[in-house]
Amino acid sequence: MAYALQQLINGLTLGAMYGLIAIGYTMVYGIIGMINFAHGDIFMVSAFIAVTAFTILAAADVTSIPLALTFVLIVSIFFTSAYGWAVERTAYRPLRGSTRLAPLISAIGMSIFLQNSVQLTQGARVKPIPPVLEGGIVLWDAPGFTVQIGWSQMLIIVTTVILMTAFTWMITQTPFGRQQRACEQDRTMASLLGVNVDRTISFTFMLGAALAAVAGVMVTVYYGVVDFFIGFLAGIKAFTAAVLGGIGSLPGAMLGGLLIGLIESFWAAYLWAEYKDVATFGILCLVLMLRPSGLLGRPEVEKV
Amino acid sequence: MKKTLLATAVLALGGFSTSALADLAVAIAGPMTGQYASAGDQIRKGAEMAIADINARGGVLGEKLKLEVGDDACDPKQAVSVANTMVNKGIVFMHGHWCSSSTIPASEVYVESDIPMATVSTNPQVTERGLKNIFRIMGRDDQQGLVAGSYIAEKFAGKKVAVVDDKSAYGKGLADEMAKAMEGKGLKPTLRESITAGEKDYSGIVTKLKQAGVEVMAYGGYHTEVALILRQAQAAGLQLTVMGGDTMTNSELVTAAGPAADNVMFTFSPDPRKNPDAAPVVEKFRAAKTEPEGYVLYAYAAMQLFEQAATAAKSTKYADLEKAMRAGSFKTVIGELAFDAKGDQKAPGFVVYRWQGGKYDYAQ
Repeated sequence: MAYALQQLINGLTLGAMYGLIAIGYTMVYGIIGMINFAHGDIFMVSAFIAVTAFTILAAADVTSIPLALTFVLIVSIFFTSAYGWAVERTAYRPLRGSTRLAPLISAIGMSIFLQNSVQLTQGARVKPIPPVLEGGIVLWDAPGFTVQIGWSQMLIIVTTVILMTAFTWMITQTPFGRQQRACEQDRTMASLLGVNVDRTISFTFMLGAALAAVAGVMVTVYYGVVDFFIGFLAGIKAFTAAVLGGIGSLPGAMLGGLLIGLIESFWAAYLWAEYKDVATFGILCLVLMLRPSGLLGRPEVEKV
Repeated sequence: MKKTLLATAVLALGGFSTSALADLAVAIAGPMTGQYASAGDQIRKGAEMAIADINARGGVLGEKLKLEVGDDACDPKQAVSVANTMVNKGIVFMHGHWCSSSTIPASEVYVESDIPMATVSTNPQVTERGLKNIFRIMGRDDQQGLVAGSYIAEKFAGKKVAVVDDKSAYGKGLADEMAKAMEGKGLKPTLRESITAGEKDYSGIVTKLKQAGVEVMAYGGYHTEVALILRQAQAAGLQLTVMGGDTMTNSELVTAAGPAADNVMFTFSPDPRKNPDAAPVVEKFRAAKTEPEGYVLYAYAAMQLFEQAATAAKSTKYADLEKAMRAGSFKTVIGELAFDAKGDQKAPGFVVYRWQGGKYDYAQ
């Protein structure tokens, strides 16, 4: 029981991070119908920005942890959003209106470009930071096994919940959210009604990047090491989460992320850890067979 | 028009291949990019220094050496295409690849094209397939696993030991051998697990080890994952001693795992840096701000092997080189090299090391 609880905490932490990245995939798909394969690498870039920011803080002798975290989050969100904007501007906007495959290829190219440029400028070695948030609290001192939740795990879960709430509010209640949903439904009609489609799309990319930046900072704090390759697996898993939840659906991405995190940790805990990915993707296949549009996705209606 | 273009292209290609043959081309191949790129970096630095030194001595048989670098990123598919590229470049000797899973498929290409290769890959299958062109300048996983497994069984008798691998050809081979050796000495592993390399989150497996009360983890795989496991184990309040293979020589382990790296032991050939004959070369590397750790001196030695074999054979033809390598004994920075009929090094000798305060030394 104590063991299961510990694995639940592990799974929630992992799932929260997948969910944050998955939103970036799902939003972009919702609005322009393409898979932004460079999104995982945007997440990787944000982790590197976080490491740089932490290093600067350490050099400046800042010891207050809340202050440091806030600073790193702001810096990382700012620069990563700029990356998200630049990627959309250079790699996708010129291809808008061409075939569906063109931006997809361009996205893969962008992904390789980001990965290799970080490798060349930052080196192939892993970049570690000293532990930022050490320790945690013991939740339950069961006989033979103590259930712990680390401060960093708590930070991840709490931040994710706050962000998801704020984000849902933004999409459903604000003027930007309305424009965003309008573009999602029909871009041509939205532009006829005075919505600046290009700006909305740009902003969507920046928003996705900002959420990835939060995930990047969390990963840096939680795992303590980053390298130029982390975007690949994280991107694949988050993309899977988005598809599982129903690509294009925001609550779906969050749900998909959580589910994948939980499946991974419980499968590894009670069954064979080596078949963890088989389980994840097996469940994805099963869901897609029974519900082709994902758990919370709406079936796509051909617009006439 | 099309034909003219084609003809020009063919001509250009022809021009390329002849110009590449002006010097004697030797090659290294390994993960120059990708998650194990730091090992590729070591190989490149070792080989570059060796070739500069050999050329300063006048080259091999009067011809200067030219280094070709192939990047397989430890991907078996990419390794085969790298091998084909290298063959087209007309290389006469290959040092590589690094990952066993790359060396095995790539060697099929080299053997067809009559190119001798010296590798540090440790999976037994590398030399067990009866290929004549492979020479292994490092020990084998079954020897390495035997040393590591016996050490665990002796020093940690009665403790709970988990055997974990990363599902790679190298990692699984090594972990299987360690488990076999432990069981042979009467220590039965409590857990046998596999993880996925390249992930960041190993809290699941760490929790599982903690639940089972495991104190020692015998690990087959690469250093990047060990660093993460150790860090996460520490956060979960689990004291873990790790026994790994030759890949744990990488100082990146210490940068990534921090003080937790002090709990890592591994098997490796006796430290070539301690070889008195290697002292001038070691000095030279340090003067060039490269610590000759891990695979640096092995790459240097591979080039020396080629130089001495070619000089002894008075030829760089495959048949002569192969015969010379199999028959001779070579004085290199990693010690005396001689090979058996399979191409394995005759005196591999593994010892157990331990990381301590950012440096590794023989474990007691």
